[in-house]
Amino acid sequence: MKVDQPLHRALGLTDEELDRIHATLGRDPNRTELAMYAAMWSEHCSYKSSKIHLRTLPTEGPQVLVGPGQDAGAVAIGDGLAAVFKMESHSHPSAVEPYQGAATGVGGIVRDIVSMGARPVALLDPLRFGPLTEERNRVLFAGVVAGIGGYANCIGVPTVGGEIHFAEPHSANPTVNVMCVGVAPTDRLVTTANEVRVGSMLVLIGAATGRDGIGGVSVLASRTIEDQAADTRPSVQIGDPFAGKLLIETCLELIEGGLLLRLQDLGGAGLTCAASESAARAGMGMELNLDAVPLREVGLEPFEILTSESQERMLATVDPSRLDEVHGVCEKWGLTSSVVGTLVDGGRLVVRMGGAVVADVPARSLADDAPAYERRMERPAGRHEILEDDPTFAPVDTDPRDAFLAVLSSPNVASKRWAFEQYDQLVQGATVAPPGTDAGVIRIEGTLKALALSCDGNGRFGHLDPYLGAAHAVAEAARNVAVMGATPVAVTNCMNFGNPERPQVMWQFAESIRGMGDACRSLGTPVTGGNVSFYNESGGSAIWPTPIVGMLGVIEDYRLLVRPGFSGPGFLVYLLGETFPELGGSEFAQVVLRRVSGHPPTLDVAREASLHQVLVEGARGDLLASAHDCSEGGLAVALAESALAGDTGFAVSLPGDEPWYVALFSESASRAVISVAPEKAEAVEALASAHHLPLSRLGETGGPGMVFDSLLEITVEEVRSAHEGAIPKLLAG
Amino acid sequence: MSAGTPRVGVVTFPGSLDDRDALRAVALMGGDGVPLWHADRDLRGVDAIILPGGFSYGDYLRTGALARFAPVMDEVRAFADRGGPVVGICNGFQILCEAGLLSGALIRNRQLRFVCRFVNVRVETSLSALTEGLVPGEVLRIPVKHGEGQFTARPDDLARIEAEALVTFRYCGPGGELDDEHNVNGSAGSIAGIRNSQGNVAGLMPHPEHAVDPDVGSTGGQPLFASLLAYALARV
Repeated sequence: MKVDQPLHRALGLTDEELDRIHATLGRDPNRTELAMYAAMWSEHCSYKSSKIHLRTLPTEGPQVLVGPGQDAGAVAIGDGLAAVFKMESHSHPSAVEPYQGAATGVGGIVRDIVSMGARPVALLDPLRFGPLTEERNRVLFAGVVAGIGGYANCIGVPTVGGEIHFAEPHSANPTVNVMCVGVAPTDRLVTTANEVRVGSMLVLIGAATGRDGIGGVSVLASRTIEDQAADTRPSVQIGDPFAGKLLIETCLELIEGGLLLRLQDLGGAGLTCAASESAARAGMGMELNLDAVPLREVGLEPFEILTSESQERMLATVDPSRLDEVHGVCEKWGLTSSVVGTLVDGGRLVVRMGGAVVADVPARSLADDAPAYERRMERPAGRHEILEDDPTFAPVDTDPRDAFLAVLSSPNVASKRWAFEQYDQLVQGATVAPPGTDAGVIRIEGTLKALALSCDGNGRFGHLDPYLGAAHAVAEAARNVAVMGATPVAVTNCMNFGNPERPQVMWQFAESIRGMGDACRSLGTPVTGGNVSFYNESGGSAIWPTPIVGMLGVIEDYRLLVRPGFSGPGFLVYLLGETFPELGGSEFAQVVLRRVSGHPPTLDVAREASLHQVLVEGARGDLLASAHDCSEGGLAVALAESALAGDTGFAVSLPGDEPWYVALFSESASRAVISVAPEKAEAVEALASAHHLPLSRLGETGGPGMVFDSLLEITVEEVRSAHEGAIPKLLAG
Repeated sequence: MSAGTPRVGVVTFPGSLDDRDALRAVALMGGDGVPLWHADRDLRGVDAIILPGGFSYGDYLRTGALARFAPVMDEVRAFADRGGPVVGICNGFQILCEAGLLSGALIRNRQLRFVCRFVNVRVETSLSALTEGLVPGEVLRIPVKHGEGQFTARPDDLARIEAEALVTFRYCGPGGELDDEHNVNGSAGSIAGIRNSQGNVAGLMPHPEHAVDPDVGSTGGQPLFASLLAYALARV
């Protein structure tokens, strides 16, 4: 069949890419093959704009069992156990259909974890929306939160974290990321190290294949969403969490029984991706028989079966001798299982339907040989003016009390209880610290260990300085697990950006990767995988550069976990670290001074690492009564949140001789607020000194009020009402 | 099994989620947890049965509507008819209502959103397998997590439930006060749980299995499991 020019372009392939396919095949691709290449070579699947940059990230360390390139990364956490984790974006589908977009995002990332052989034990959802003052943003926010809960709650995986921010650039382009963490015995991980051989069979397990999600990766995820978003709605997949739950249990039982050689999720690019990657990773070819694929409706064309993104499907590689047992387990859980292919010698993926060969291509050319682009980069104009417009030196005529309440009730800082309560935080019975804490913490059954998990990214910092923004995201995520007493171990990420074909966006991306890489190297937390989401823009206006870092930390004994809340009167309150005059990109500058400008705070990574050591050693020595990260909203918010969490007031003096608004709201990095029993004060001061970490004693806990010297006094209850009430009030319209 | 240790069966339906958690809670409280499978008619000689939380059969059609047709439910019904203790938690409560073992029904929360929160419930009677050792008026802190937990019944059923003191728990404030603010899902009469007239069948929306271990929450569920185990033991 002769393919005319518009078809490949309509599928998202460039003329050069078509030439490349022609060169690979030595002929024109047919329609089916073209659809397969379009899906696999899409930005979403191939990382063609990002991979030369991603290669610069640190990915190795003694703790790393599985690095980037497989369905999820894995690190050793001791006791013969592995933590498997990954983050992904489902922003584009969520912009079109918020409930299903978010729901299927959860389903997809959970299957990535299961396909590594791990039971999913926790989810986190970092989200970005436009301001809630706009109706459209309220609809998206409510729909996404309901969709996350709708899927996650129904499959029995607790949601333990994920921060939520609001900013104008996300108005038409919400950012919806999902991180999943699983745990498995190290020797049961299903990786490409497992041996497969010629004759191994490919078994498709789970839901039937329909027309939903066709072109999802090429149409939705690899282009900008313009106003005709409704037209792309058929490309959004529909989730069935009940089927998802059955698929999880089936796969885990198959793995536990040693019945599988390998397992692959059917996500973006559907069967094409799973089949070509299974063959390529095995270093073999594959005979794929589309007649054996259970279909939801008659009349599907080969390219539809091959690129459908119907949810809740897995492709297992099975030794023929175990086939009956595999079918038996699937039947027990009420799932369909069909042999759809066989591994063969050579490297070709040969697809048959109705007796005819409908595609015949090298498997590796789909999975591994997509082009890699070194796209042009250009520093955006006007940056200098924004950076030099430093709010630290702007006149402030606001009353301290008004400023304090304005920041505490700003949607970025305010309580996210409205959202978190829609998530099941407790199922599996392991949640030691729920969402809304610095890090979500889950204990590992049969051990005293716990995982501390945090997702972070500061949009304003990234907007002002993408390098520093990404570095801060790493530092803050690590700090958030360290304040709870966990050692930061490794990172997954999700890089959310605009159109990479625009040099300014590409510059933001490259700078972010550079900042993330430097910070991860310095903190000893390698990147084990993640996801890149480009084309988050509409009308030529991109989202802020939004690199989200998902940090995994390990606590050796969860009974020594430190919580953020002041736990009663009579404890000494300290600030660990130092406050500098750094209001650039701060919450205060945005909410009170109404500007997003200036230099983001500096980051001294060595100082940051010392802080983590003091926090972790302090926790191990049982020296800290509470500890809380000091970042967004500054010292004021850190103190207020500690008071709210423990329902205990405080009286403090502000350290240093900066103006009150700098002392209260500066967002200098590498700081934490701790409270300490008086008899342990000496030990804590000695510990900080041993690590050359400055600390200042601010005051004491106790009383019904938050008292800042003679500057400001306000009751815990009044602050609680502002902090808790802000988001429900905005949602009421 | 050691003598004097009650065997508590926990049924896993397709889509059950808190089944492992219920088994863990039974063991923590000194019982023998016995997994039961929806498709089996064998109760494996258990002394008590828990229908756990989750979304059995995806909660398709209506919550609990399909689970009541599972083969194991014939045996559960017969076990209850013989006076055996049967407890339904959350989805299990919904199943017991659909199966006609308890009155009333559970519909979408008044606020039309899923809610996961630690709440206070007030014990209303000691005449049930779950509350035998408890004192009416006692307030327990136990989490809820459900989208469809608003208890409702026909007016005559509701009147009978109240007249026969079939209410086991009501949502309340920390001091036991009943008011709209603390009625977490808008249930009729703030009802969080009920029993049958014999008291051997009881259902509740809160999750006592998530309130037995102080490291992961509250301990308000401990007395409920203690009651169930004692009730089961008395019949062994």
